[in-house]
Amino acid sequence: MAETTGPAADVLPGSDMNAPLLEVEDLRVEFAVRGRRIPAVRGVNFALEQGKTLAVVGESGSGKSVTSQAIMGILDSPPGFVTGGEVRLRGVDLLQQDEETRRTVRGNHIAIVFQDALSALNPVWSVGFQLGELYRVHRGAGRRAAEQKAIELLDQVGIPDAKNRVGHYPHQFSGGMRQRVMIAMALALDPEVLIADEPTTALDVTVQAQIMRLLRRIQDERNMGLILITHDLGVVADVADDVAVMYAGQIVERANIHDVFARPAHPYTKALLRAIPRVDAVGRELEVIPGLPPNPAALPSGCPFHPRCRAADPERCGDEEPPDRQAAEGHLARCHFAEEVYRDER
Amino acid sequence: MTELTAPAAGADAPQASLWKDAFRAMARRPDVLFASLIMLFVFTMAAFPGLFTDKDPTRCIGREARGRPETWFRGEHPLGTDAFGCDFAATIVHGTRPTITLALSVIVLSVLIGMTLGILAGYFGGWIDAVISRALDVFIVIPLMMGAILLLSLFRGRGSSGNLLETVAPAAIALTLFGWMEFCRYARAATIETKNLDYVTAARCLGAKDRRIMFRHVLPNAVVPITAIVPTSLGSVIVVEAALAVLGIGVQPPATSWGVLLSNGTQWAGGGYIYLFGIPLGLLILTVFSFATFGDALRDALDPKLR
Amino acid sequence: MNAETGQASAAPEPVLQATGVVKHFPVQRGVVFKRTVGNVRAVDGVDLELHAGRTLGVVGESGCGKSTLAKLLVGLEPPTSGSIKVLGQEIGGLSARRIRPVRRDVQLVFQDPYTSLNPRMTVGDIVGEPFEIHTDVVPRRERGAAVKELLDMVGLSPDHVNRYPHQFSGGQRQRIGIARALALRPRVLVCDEPVSALDVSIQGQVINLLERLQDELGLAYVFIAHDLSVVRHIADEVAVMYLGKVVERGAGAEIYGGPRHPYTQALLSAVPVPDPALRGHREEIVLQGDVPSPIDPPSGCRFRTRCWKAAERCAEEVPGLDEGGGAHEAACFYAEGRDVTRAVK
Repeated sequence: MAETTGPAADVLPGSDMNAPLLEVEDLRVEFAVRGRRIPAVRGVNFALEQGKTLAVVGESGSGKSVTSQAIMGILDSPPGFVTGGEVRLRGVDLLQQDEETRRTVRGNHIAIVFQDALSALNPVWSVGFQLGELYRVHRGAGRRAAEQKAIELLDQVGIPDAKNRVGHYPHQFSGGMRQRVMIAMALALDPEVLIADEPTTALDVTVQAQIMRLLRRIQDERNMGLILITHDLGVVADVADDVAVMYAGQIVERANIHDVFARPAHPYTKALLRAIPRVDAVGRELEVIPGLPPNPAALPSGCPFHPRCRAADPERCGDEEPPDRQAAEGHLARCHFAEEVYRDER
Repeated sequence: MTELTAPAAGADAPQASLWKDAFRAMARRPDVLFASLIMLFVFTMAAFPGLFTDKDPTRCIGREARGRPETWFRGEHPLGTDAFGCDFAATIVHGTRPTITLALSVIVLSVLIGMTLGILAGYFGGWIDAVISRALDVFIVIPLMMGAILLLSLFRGRGSSGNLLETVAPAAIALTLFGWMEFCRYARAATIETKNLDYVTAARCLGAKDRRIMFRHVLPNAVVPITAIVPTSLGSVIVVEAALAVLGIGVQPPATSWGVLLSNGTQWAGGGYIYLFGIPLGLLILTVFSFATFGDALRDALDPKLR
Repeated sequence: MNAETGQASAAPEPVLQATGVVKHFPVQRGVVFKRTVGNVRAVDGVDLELHAGRTLGVVGESGCGKSTLAKLLVGLEPPTSGSIKVLGQEIGGLSARRIRPVRRDVQLVFQDPYTSLNPRMTVGDIVGEPFEIHTDVVPRRERGAAVKELLDMVGLSPDHVNRYPHQFSGGQRQRIGIARALALRPRVLVCDEPVSALDVSIQGQVINLLERLQDELGLAYVFIAHDLSVVRHIADEVAVMYLGKVVERGAGAEIYGGPRHPYTQALLSAVPVPDPALRGHREEIVLQGDVPSPIDPPSGCRFRTRCWKAAERCAEEVPGLDEGGGAHEAACFYAEGRDVTRAVK
């Protein structure tokens, strides 16, 4: 485990070390588009424990990236606004903090890795300079010490020949190496929570395997909480402890990884698992989810999934928005028939 | 097959196309209608000056000089008289035709030349691009004003018989020659951006010829940036023409133009005769405004997303 | 999917055949006097054969040359050397004019449904454009009906002809692109990553559509993708590319069930399987380093710099696809079948 290097910045005032690492409760985000308020995140709840990996799975437009931006406090505002809920880090509600405190939280406590590493790095500064800057600014380290630290970090994220590579510029790295640099930057200030937003989507499978392996190793070493945001259920199956499936701005199913894959309790999850082609199974007719993902500006009444759902009750699901139901111990699903779907009766 | 949630458009509507839809979208905008009215007014003035005044702008009475328009829009001199005692309303009305002819011919020619060269350079690249780009570089270092002065000095003193073509042609040629570069640059950039898009590749894959790709796919994309600069260029042509008039190498007397009036008016504006300057300026601003509105609306109308 | 034997007798001549196809892009330096300092060997000697009604999957990672191969196969780029035959007719060295009629038989489906449709054209104009280019296919008066029929065929409402692309979702746009490609009734569709920009729930719809169209129209597909699971699903035969060369080729079941080339093995083992029960029970071959530059590829076997089996011979000789004589072709001196996708323990 890496030593905490900094002084006061590392302890958030008012935090309670016995409280859960990160809790999100009823988080709501809206976007103002041409005078209208469009809900992007509609009451998201989850908790993340130290050393655990939570995968947030969803298709484009499901609100998974907006959720992570709201947690980080980097939502583009306007047009985006957090309109309700709490994001508690060790018991401290981040949404109530001033911008100064939130800036300290970013990097020191929660860090994020994006999909597009090339645009997230500044092309005119060397990688070592950008890494070292974090130490100079946040920790007041000298130039020499900062560079030393940068080399150490690059080495940790598996960049060969870190001593020489530290002076290179972002474009001199391959896609996979750049993503490693991004991870190094995220880790620089020893965060307790790492959010990885589609970290491997732009990468080839063999490189994806390397990066996922790296993330797993680092999480183990540092005992961090990891939120993995992805659309790839294969990646989820490989690394996650818990899964939250998002649809139309809500978490529609939340449970332990094995439960979700073996016995999904929401028809959407169930359909999604059947819709993915698998590399280890011979071609069968792919099951499809009919229709299109909903438009957040014109959500269907009742359950947002009901127009595409095979198990839907035409009256109940169209009128009544389902609550979170417990299909089994620790297995929540936002469906009127969660128990039946769980038992495979629907 | 999968059902589609989007509701069907008017069931058997006639085949739509970009330009038809664009026209319909523009006809619905009130600001476009207003701009069209102004343009109609200006063009009518250029075409039929007789409808607006019965005075002869060349008939000037020295002792009536600088008569302020006491009775606005009525009476003997609806807009007063100018520094030489000519009826100002008649001067303006008769100055419209050379102004508009000059401005439009310069813009139309510049756009045609600039877009053609720009699209050719951008689309084919290679030596065509090299030649056109170098020509562009050469012309762009010569300021519009200086080039025009140099060129027009050659025509100087030829006099004029009052024939519109002879009055306007030298200035039009000079201004076009040094005014096409901006259109060319924008068209070239838009073409280079467009020609590598997948839908152009798709058209090539279907066997489309270069001409078809340029007209169907590249041209609409090149028009967009051009519509944005046409109105401002229009204004600057009129203003440069005014400056040339001061030097006596613009529109040749006895013909007059808004530019000539503007430059004459500046001398008297300070002395309390603001109308001599203000009225031509107002007309110029209104005209440029209407073209700008039109260009803006056209650009939006050509983008289906904004409709 | 069609049975292999039935097809072999029905279509003795391949609809698409590539032999020794090479594409080099010169790398130039200098502003005024350009000189060639090297070649990007994007495609370096590829042989392919495709029969009517069959699907050939081409897989590989970015930079392996699969997209360049797609452009060569549809005649958008001339090959540096080698031959490409469509229905027995050579398209490799044809001029733009002569190639036009042949183009009808091979069409391309693009990856990005957002840039592949002209945003300023209506759906009717987009799907009808092929008829305006090849005016002899459908008489003018019947074109409107033909466009509507095409839209219906790909599962879109024929009433949508007057709409613009931005009014459709990604999956619907991909259908529009497929309708356009089908307008000239081609025999071969080259699909360059046709579903990789789509959401999982939509991918299945498009794949099923492609399979239905294949059955109805007897189309042959070249299906280029980096997603090996999708290719397994749709392809009858698979070719694996690495740095401009095909390193392994064979029937889908053989490639996925027992890959013989070390690169294929590494590639397949890296694909995550959506089953948490298999975690830690699958063989993981993690490759070291990056793909070498195609400007200066390694001598001998191009994969040797990252291969755990590499020996001296690999640096000196270029392995052919017929090496070792196993169940299917693999360009490796030490080829050995090995199941890497399923659980080993």
